Amino acid sequence: MRTKNPLMYVGLSAVVLLSVGPLYFMLVMASRVNDEIVALPPPFSLGGELFPNLDRVFGNADVLFGQALLNSLLVASVATVCVVVTSSLAGFAFAKLKFRGRNALLLFVIGTMMVPVQLGLIPLYMLMTKLGLSGGLPSVTLPFVVAGFGVFMMRQFAEQAIPDEMIEAARVDGASTFRIFFSIVFPALRPAAAVLGLLTFMERWNDFLWPYLTLDAEHPTVQVALSRLSSGYYSDQSLIMAGTFIGTLPLVVVFIVFGRQIIGGIMEGGLKA
Amino acid sequence: MKIRDRLTKTEARVAPYAFISPFFIVFAIFGLFPLIYTLWVSLHDWSLLAGNQGFVGLDNYRELAQDADFWRALTNTLGIFVLATVPQLVLATVLAQVLNSKLRAKTFWRMGVLLPNVTSVAAVGIIFGLIFARDYGVVNWGLGLVGVGPVDWQGHRWSSWLAISVMVDWRWTGYNALILLASLQAVPKELYEAARIDGASAWRQFWSVTVPMLRPTIIFVSIVATIGGIQLFTEPLLFGAGVNAISGGSTGQFQTVAMYLVQQAFTGQRFGYASTVAWVLFLLVAVFAVINVALLRRIRSVD
Repeated sequence: MRTKNPLMYVGLSAVVLLSVGPLYFMLVMASRVNDEIVALPPPFSLGGELFPNLDRVFGNADVLFGQALLNSLLVASVATVCVVVTSSLAGFAFAKLKFRGRNALLLFVIGTMMVPVQLGLIPLYMLMTKLGLSGGLPSVTLPFVVAGFGVFMMRQFAEQAIPDEMIEAARVDGASTFRIFFSIVFPALRPAAAVLGLLTFMERWNDFLWPYLTLDAEHPTVQVALSRLSSGYYSDQSLIMAGTFIGTLPLVVVFIVFGRQIIGGIMEGGLKA
Repeated sequence: MKIRDRLTKTEARVAPYAFISPFFIVFAIFGLFPLIYTLWVSLHDWSLLAGNQGFVGLDNYRELAQDADFWRALTNTLGIFVLATVPQLVLATVLAQVLNSKLRAKTFWRMGVLLPNVTSVAAVGIIFGLIFARDYGVVNWGLGLVGVGPVDWQGHRWSSWLAISVMVDWRWTGYNALILLASLQAVPKELYEAARIDGASAWRQFWSVTVPMLRPTIIFVSIVATIGGIQLFTEPLLFGAGVNAISGGSTGQFQTVAMYLVQQAFTGQRFGYASTVAWVLFLLVAVFAVINVALLRRIRSVD
């Protein structure tokens, strides 16, 4: 393990190039006009058309791209706040409170992580229609205000981060459980809450299948708008790539700023599962 | 006992349930109920517009067993799954090993490897659709340089499976590598010391120490990959983006089961039949999870 093998750096560099390559390619295509894209050999350097292309994306009345960006931001933010709060509450209860059925219920929570929500798509669609929510943003938000993964993650963290004595002491002082949660537990959970929030936001921003099925033309999210942009009515590749670029950019920025925390969260989550 | 003390006792007993109830209530409504109700719908002739047309027992299941389109979609799904998962896990394990060695700029490499995972599936489908384009795609251009004629990536079964597998692997290999890296870091260093003293080569150490120690994580990663693989939807949908994207190519050569489900439900308006597909898909996930665990049990521990 201690060999300073230069081959490792060569190999890793190749992997990173392969990781970045398609995204760079996307940017190149987004900055060119259509004729250059279909030319051979394909262009490998940036062109000067990025902003005109972006203008056309936002000006496209069929896909409502600007609206879609705001919708995604709204949906992902609401889901993120809700998941963090509900997961902290439940995670704390599972880690530090004693109650009947605790182990069985926790096992159930872990089980929910294995069952993909997508398999219940059709009844979910029927349910949303019945509730009169089909087509609008609540239908893509409501099912995701809780997450089994979040509960599990917060429980793992709460178990280590909060000493039992602290809770006991607060109880002796007459604090209610709710009070204990707000004054002691939630502040202590903040680092984990931040990571959970980042992961949840990214997941919701990138969600496709359910929004694609349920949202109507007036309420697209970014991913749905992208699919409409490339759905065959346009063969304008530079327009499609410009849209893909602007839909991808926010998360890449989040990733560059919070990369360390995100990696920590993923490694932690995998290790414990 | 004072009233206040009694109140406190009651509060302490009820509070845990209040804390966990948001999760359970929401999950019951939007997660568990749809999943179970799918089974009920699958036993009915149920259409998108007309609603429930009556109980038909196992008719939908019988029809499914003889539905050539379903079997083709299933073959596609499993083919892409195997084609994508095997190299993905092998690469991820090797990559985890490399990332676990003493490196400069650790965070940089980890971020570089994980970057594809923050790209949305929709974007991946669109970008790779262009990379694998027949007439002007980068891949065919590169093949042309080494004298290989252009491949119609969307046109044939094998080539489309391969292209879709590349998309899946591009997005997930780094993520899996990081999860494996986390469990690698928990392997006691003494095991490697001992192996080195016994004269084990790096390769031998990898097979006799690393792989057995990683077993539980490899099981976890494969199950997650299986669940994802069996539900594959967005990549093939956007890879073949066109007016009839949902049919996965001109002869359904890359239509997956999840795409077939959506096509039956929303284009074909057959909720009952589509629910049958969903339920079969669910059973598949369960069966594959069990097979995965059984297979990977065979990787022996260090003894």
